[in-house]
Amino acid sequence: MSYTPTEMMTIAAARALTDDDICFVGIGLPSAACNLARLTHAPRLTLVYESGTLETRPHVLPLSIGDGELCETALSTVPVVEMFQYWLQGGRISVGFLGGAQVDRFGNLNSTVVGSYHAPKVRLPGSGGATEIATACRRVYIVMKHGARAFVEKLDFLTSLGHGPTGRERRALGLATDGPTLIVTDLCTMRPDPDTNEFKVASLHPGVTEAQVREHTGWPIAFHEQVAETAPPTPEELAALRDLMARTARAHGTSGHD
Amino acid sequence: MTAVAAEFLSLRDAVARYVRPGDTVALEGFTHLIPFAAGHEIIRQGLTDLTLIRMTPDLIYDQMIGCGCAKKLVFSWGGNPGVGSLHRLRDAVERGWPAPLEIEEHSHAAMAAAYAAGASGLPCAVFRGYLGSELARVNPRIKWIDCPFTGERLAAVPAHRPDVTIVHAQKADSRGNILVSGIVGVQKEAVLAARRAIVTVEEVVDELHTEGTNAVVLPAWTVHAVAVVPGGARPSYAHGYYARDNAFYTRWDEIARDRERFREWVDQHIMRAGVGVATRS
Repeated sequence: MSYTPTEMMTIAAARALTDDDICFVGIGLPSAACNLARLTHAPRLTLVYESGTLETRPHVLPLSIGDGELCETALSTVPVVEMFQYWLQGGRISVGFLGGAQVDRFGNLNSTVVGSYHAPKVRLPGSGGATEIATACRRVYIVMKHGARAFVEKLDFLTSLGHGPTGRERRALGLATDGPTLIVTDLCTMRPDPDTNEFKVASLHPGVTEAQVREHTGWPIAFHEQVAETAPPTPEELAALRDLMARTARAHGTSGHD
Repeated sequence: MTAVAAEFLSLRDAVARYVRPGDTVALEGFTHLIPFAAGHEIIRQGLTDLTLIRMTPDLIYDQMIGCGCAKKLVFSWGGNPGVGSLHRLRDAVERGWPAPLEIEEHSHAAMAAAYAAGASGLPCAVFRGYLGSELARVNPRIKWIDCPFTGERLAAVPAHRPDVTIVHAQKADSRGNILVSGIVGVQKEAVLAARRAIVTVEEVVDELHTEGTNAVVLPAWTVHAVAVVPGGARPSYAHGYYARDNAFYTRWDEIARDRERFREWVDQHIMRAGVGVATRS
């Protein structure tokens, strides 16, 4: 069964989640992966969105972080202040699932600007919840499409802390959480080196070469000693993902405004 | 704080009476219940030099910024959710059109805590945040404080104290008590933090039924003006009334990308849709 690189990425990201996780979900690619996990191998996976929805089980993917679908299918919905103070800052979340415009070799993320902060070439949306998700969750998974402009030698701006500019800043800041432990792209998966915290390729998706990953990474990417091949999508995973995306497209397809 | 009693006014009169040029204004609603109709009324009344506070500027502040209402934006996530950029916000920040826009940028955790501090009558919010983030370098209003008990270094930001907060809610009763339910966001904190508050509602009912999940009641004595504006949150949504118009949010990308196209849209859907500009007292 043929599949796209984006489908492979979403499925590989979904596989990282388990029934025991309590996951703080970012919008976009993370949301697709988290809901796919819930619809396939991890039906008891707990999803929370920053709009305050606890244990939400949306039938279609939300376009925004606060679609009504998230509230209607949630166990409970709490105020946003409470979401950030009690549930996130209070240490209740095991996995934060994030994306961004740029990531560096230590899993630090930029979602703020391209260019200089005060005279940006591109003004990006900004932190949202990400800055504190990155430090308060037990660990962080990152999902992003591979490309040399996204996987950069040096971030234009550090919005959300990974392992820090030298890979060693979390401990110095007194953080007891693990930080990013997985990056999933449309080419490969990466895990941090246990000594240096530098992200290295752990598995290549089927058909992808080491040269391709090098070409699309802005720093001299290293590879773990044992680089596996990512298991290709199963028919069940693909069917569940495609059903979810088709339902979502139908749900968001029509406008009654203006 | 003096006691107030909610007064039912037209939206035009409520904005004319309670929003002034140069005010610090918060129009809140976390994706849900965004007070679009009130924002459009501010545009029609030609209010300028506003400091706009909102966690997610969303399309409503994109429209207000593009119409020249704002001199400053205080925010934490300035995108079109699930779609991409807010092009009017970007044009203002990147190219100063239609006017330069000062920005004060936070994270969501900071913005939420700043509203809670404002509602609590505190000068600042203290929380565990901004660790390792360059936001603390570029925003001078992010500071650090040592916990007097443990010595832990914590982030501090000033409380939000808007001159005016405007929110949209599902229902008011005839006395002006307000019911919000569904995703309740930071509306309660934003109203209680403000010097003046305007609420637009879908409808007025005899009795507010508060059973069901997470209903928030704002007593009439926390609100200055109530305006009945059915559909006042469109194209965002009102739980129990109408759904979020996701297709319009998607289409906004193309409308807002081009200055002329944007101006035509504003002219057609905001300026001509209004009932005329109120005489300001």
